[in-house]
Amino acid sequence: MIGLPHFLVLAGVLFSIAVAGIFLNRKNMIVLLMCIELMLLAVNFNFIAFSRWLGNLDGQVFVFFILTVAAAESAIGLAILVVVFRERRGINVDSLDAMRG
Amino acid sequence: MFVTLLFYAFATVLVGAALGVVLSRNPVHAALFLVLAFFTSAALWLLLEAEFLGIVLVLVYVGAVMVLFLFVVMMLDVNVAQLREGLTRHAPLGALVAGIMIVEIVYVVWVRELGGTLGPMPAASVASVSNTKALGAVLYTDYALPFQLAAVVLLVAIVAAIVLTMRKRPGYRQQDIAAQVAVRREDRVRIVKVDPAGRP
Amino acid sequence: MMQNVLLAIVLAPLVAALLAGLAGRLIGRAGAHSVTILGVATSFVLSLWVFKAQVWGGAPTFNEPVYTWLVTDGIRMQIGFLIDHLTVLMMVVVTFVSLMVHIYTIGYMHDDDGYQRFFAYISLFTFAMLTLVMSNNFLQLFFGWEAVGVVSYLLIGFWFKRPTAIFANLKAFLVNRVGDFGFLLGIAGVVYFTGSLDYQTAFHFAPLIAASHFTLFEGQTWNAMSVICICLFIGAMGKSAQVPLHVWLPDSMEGPTPISALIHAATMVTAGIFMVARMSPLFELSPTALSFVIVIGATTALFMGFLGIVNNDIKRVVAYSTLSQLGYMTVALGASAYGAGIFHLMTHAFFKALLFLAAGSVIIAMHHEQDMRRMGGLRKHLPITYWTSLIGALALIGFPGFSGFFSKDALIEAVAGSHIPGARYAEFCVTAGVYITALYTFRMIFMTFHGEERMDAHTREHLHESPWVVTVPLVLLAIPSVAIGWLTVGPVLFGDFFHGAIIVHPANDVLHEMAGEFHGPLSFTLRAFTGLPIYLAAAGVASAWFLYLKRPDIPATLRLRLAPLYRVLDNKYGFDWVNENVIASGSRSLGRLFFRVGDQFLIDGALVNGSARTVGWLAAVTRHVQSGYLYHYAFAMIIGLSALLAYMLLGH
Repeated sequence: MIGLPHFLVLAGVLFSIAVAGIFLNRKNMIVLLMCIELMLLAVNFNFIAFSRWLGNLDGQVFVFFILTVAAAESAIGLAILVVVFRERRGINVDSLDAMRG
Repeated sequence: MFVTLLFYAFATVLVGAALGVVLSRNPVHAALFLVLAFFTSAALWLLLEAEFLGIVLVLVYVGAVMVLFLFVVMMLDVNVAQLREGLTRHAPLGALVAGIMIVEIVYVVWVRELGGTLGPMPAASVASVSNTKALGAVLYTDYALPFQLAAVVLLVAIVAAIVLTMRKRPGYRQQDIAAQVAVRREDRVRIVKVDPAGRP
Repeated sequence: MMQNVLLAIVLAPLVAALLAGLAGRLIGRAGAHSVTILGVATSFVLSLWVFKAQVWGGAPTFNEPVYTWLVTDGIRMQIGFLIDHLTVLMMVVVTFVSLMVHIYTIGYMHDDDGYQRFFAYISLFTFAMLTLVMSNNFLQLFFGWEAVGVVSYLLIGFWFKRPTAIFANLKAFLVNRVGDFGFLLGIAGVVYFTGSLDYQTAFHFAPLIAASHFTLFEGQTWNAMSVICICLFIGAMGKSAQVPLHVWLPDSMEGPTPISALIHAATMVTAGIFMVARMSPLFELSPTALSFVIVIGATTALFMGFLGIVNNDIKRVVAYSTLSQLGYMTVALGASAYGAGIFHLMTHAFFKALLFLAAGSVIIAMHHEQDMRRMGGLRKHLPITYWTSLIGALALIGFPGFSGFFSKDALIEAVAGSHIPGARYAEFCVTAGVYITALYTFRMIFMTFHGEERMDAHTREHLHESPWVVTVPLVLLAIPSVAIGWLTVGPVLFGDFFHGAIIVHPANDVLHEMAGEFHGPLSFTLRAFTGLPIYLAAAGVASAWFLYLKRPDIPATLRLRLAPLYRVLDNKYGFDWVNENVIASGSRSLGRLFFRVGDQFLIDGALVNGSARTVGWLAAVTRHVQSGYLYHYAFAMIIGLSALLAYMLLGH
C-alpha cells in the first residue's frame, strides 16, 4: 500500500537529483534553469501529497501559485539567458562573474 | 495494489527522466527529458486526485514553458562540448551532496516516521464537485487577492521578458513620437523675405 | 570694608593688565602705561593703608573666605585672604617694587614694539604675586604659584624672536614644573592628612601630621610631616631657584631687564621663601625638613656666588648674586629664623631691584651691550646710575648701616646660633659667602664704572644719563636700600612684628635669643665690628679693587693657572650639561623609546593599524568566497541546508 512516505521520499529524491544537477552542470545555464524547475516540481509533489492526506485543498492552491511563479521565473530566466548569449556569445556561467568580490 | 504498481512505474520513470535531465549531454535532450518528467509527474498527481493541477502542468508546463525552453535552446547556437566540461570532475561532489540529502530525507520520513502516522491513502473522495470546481471555489474566495497578485506577477514577467530581449537594430526605422511632439515651428518653417520686384 | 579693599588690591593690577593686554591697541602706549601704573599704584597705596591698619592701627588678623568655588567631599575650595603682618609686609614690598619697575619700564622699553604687551604682563605678574601672598588656603596659593610661573614664562620669552629667549623661558618653565610637582605632592599630603586646604585648619592639625607615619616602600616608614615639608620645599626650590633647580634663573636674563628686576627682587623667586615662612607651623615640626632646607640653602648661597666671579655679563652677575642671596634666605628659614629670612627678603627686594634697574640703565646707555669687558669708566657718564648702584652694592655686601647689613648680619648670627644638623656647614657657607659677595659685587662695580673705557668710539660718543623715568625709580629704590634696615630691624627682626604669623618652636628660636642682646640699630651696627663678616666683606672689596683695578692682569693669569677650576665655574658646575645631556636627553630617549615601542609599535602598529590590517586580511580572505559564480552560492546554500537539517535531526 502506498503511504505518504513514498511520495515524500520520491519528492526528496527528485530534489536531490536536481541539486546534484546544479553541481554537475555548473556551466550550462539552461540546464541550471531546468534543475530549478525540477526542484520546484519536487516541492509541488510534497504539497499535493500533504493536501491529499490532510484532505485540504490549500496545498493545491499553493501549487497553483508556485506554477504561476515558476512560469514567470522561467520566462524571465530565459529572457536573461538570451540577453547573456547576445552579450557574451555564449551561456557559460563562468563568464558571469561581475559580482566577484 | 494496482495503484502501488502504477506509483512504482511512474516513480521509476520520473527518477530516470530527472537523471536524464541532469546527465544528458545535449540541452535539447535534457529539455525533452524534463518534458517526460513533467508528464509522469502529472500522472502521479492524478493518482493523488489533483486532476486540475496535473492537467495544468501538462498544458502550461509542457505546452508552454518547455516549448519556450526548446525554442531558446535551439535558437541559441550553444557550444555543447564546452558546456559539458567538468561534468565528470564534479560528479562525485554532486553525488555526495545528493546522497547526503537523500539519506537525510529518508531518515526524516521513514526512520522518524514523519507523516507515517497519517496512515494509508484516504479513500477517494466521493464529493459531488470535481477537483477543478472545488479548487476554484477556494481560489476565488479565500485566495482572491493572492490570485490577483499572481496575475500581476505574470504581467510583470511578460513585460520584463519583452524589455530584456528587445533590442534596436540599425537600419530599423520607427516613429519617435516624443520627438514629433516636441517639434517647434522654428525647426520646420523658415520665413524668407522675397523681394517681389525680383531684384537681387 | 576690609574685604573690598583687599579685593581692590588684588584686582586692580588684573584689570589694568586686561585693559593693557586686550585693548592695548585701542588705548595706545601712553594709555597702557598709565592704566597699569594706576592699577599698581592703587594696589600700593591700599597696601600701605592695610599695612598701617595692621601694624599701627592694631587691626586684627583678617582671615576670611571671599568666595567659595566648590565643595567636594568635605574639601572646600575657596578664594580667601589671610592678612597678617607677614602678608602686609610682602604686599607693600611687592607693590612698591612693582610700581618702581612699572615706571622704569616706560624708559627701558621705550623703543620696543611690544610695549603694551609688556605692561600687561608685568601687571598680571603683580596680580599673580599678590594672589599668592594674600591667600589663606593652599589652592589659591597654588594658583598664584602657577600664575607667577606662567607669566614668568611669557616675560622671559618676551622677545620671542630670539631663540635663546625661547630656550630660556622653556627651561624656566620646565624646571619650575619639577618643583611644582613636589609642591603639588606636598599640598596633596596636607589635604590627605587634614582634609582641608585651609591654612588655619592645616596648622591646627599640624601636630597630628607630625605624629603620623606612612610607608611608601616596603620596610621604610617615613614621618608624614617631613615628607610633606620636603615636598613643599621642593616647590620652593623651583620657584626660589635653589640648587639643583636653580638653572633657570641665570638664563632668565634673556628677558628684558625690568622683568629681571621684578622676578628676582620682589616676586617670583621670593614666593618660595615666603611660602616656607608661611608654612612655618609645619616646618617647625620636622627637624629633618629644616636640615634639608638649611643644607640646600647654604650650598646655593656659597657656590652660586663663585659663579658670579667668573661671569662677564652684567645682568648674569646680578642674577648669580640673587641666587646666592636666595640661598641666604633659605639658610635663615632652615635655621628657624623665619623673621631673618623675610627681613632679608625685604631688604634684598629693594637693593636687588635697584641693582637690576641700575644694570638696565647701564645697558640702555651702552645700547644693549651687556658684556662688562666692553664697559668701564661709566662713572663720569652716568652719575646717578653710578651712585645708586654703589648704594645697592654696599647694601648687598652688608656695609654697616645699610639695609643689607642688618639682614645679613642678623642672618649669619642666627645661623651661628642654630643647632639644627647642617647648621655648622651653613654657617661656614654664609660666612665665606660674605667675602665672595663683596668680591663679585665690586668686581662688577669696578669693571662697569671704573677703570679705562673699553667700549668702542661710537658708543662712547652717545653715552648719556638715562631719562628721568629710569633714574627716579633708582633713587626711590636707593632710599629704602639705605634706610629700611635701620628703621625696621628692631621691630621686624627682634620685636613681635610677626606675632602669630610665624610660629617658631621655642627650642629653635634663635632670633629670640639674639633679641636679648639687641639694643637698638646703632649698637647692633657697632657690635658688627667685633664680628668676622664685616672684615670679610672689606677684604672682598679690597680684593676686587686689587684684581680688577690695580692689577687687571692677575685675573687673566689666574684663569690660565687655575684652568680646570675656571672651567668648572665657567660651566656652572656642569648643571646645564647634566640637565641637557643626562636628564633632558635621557627623558627624550625614554620618550622616544615609548614612542617607538609603545606608540608606534604597540598602539599604532598592533592596535590601530594592526586591527585595520587584520580586518583587511580577513576581508581579502573572505573576498575569495564571493566568486560571483552562481553555483558557489547555490552550493553554500545547499551545504547550509544539509548542515541545518543534520543538526535538527541529530541534535534532538
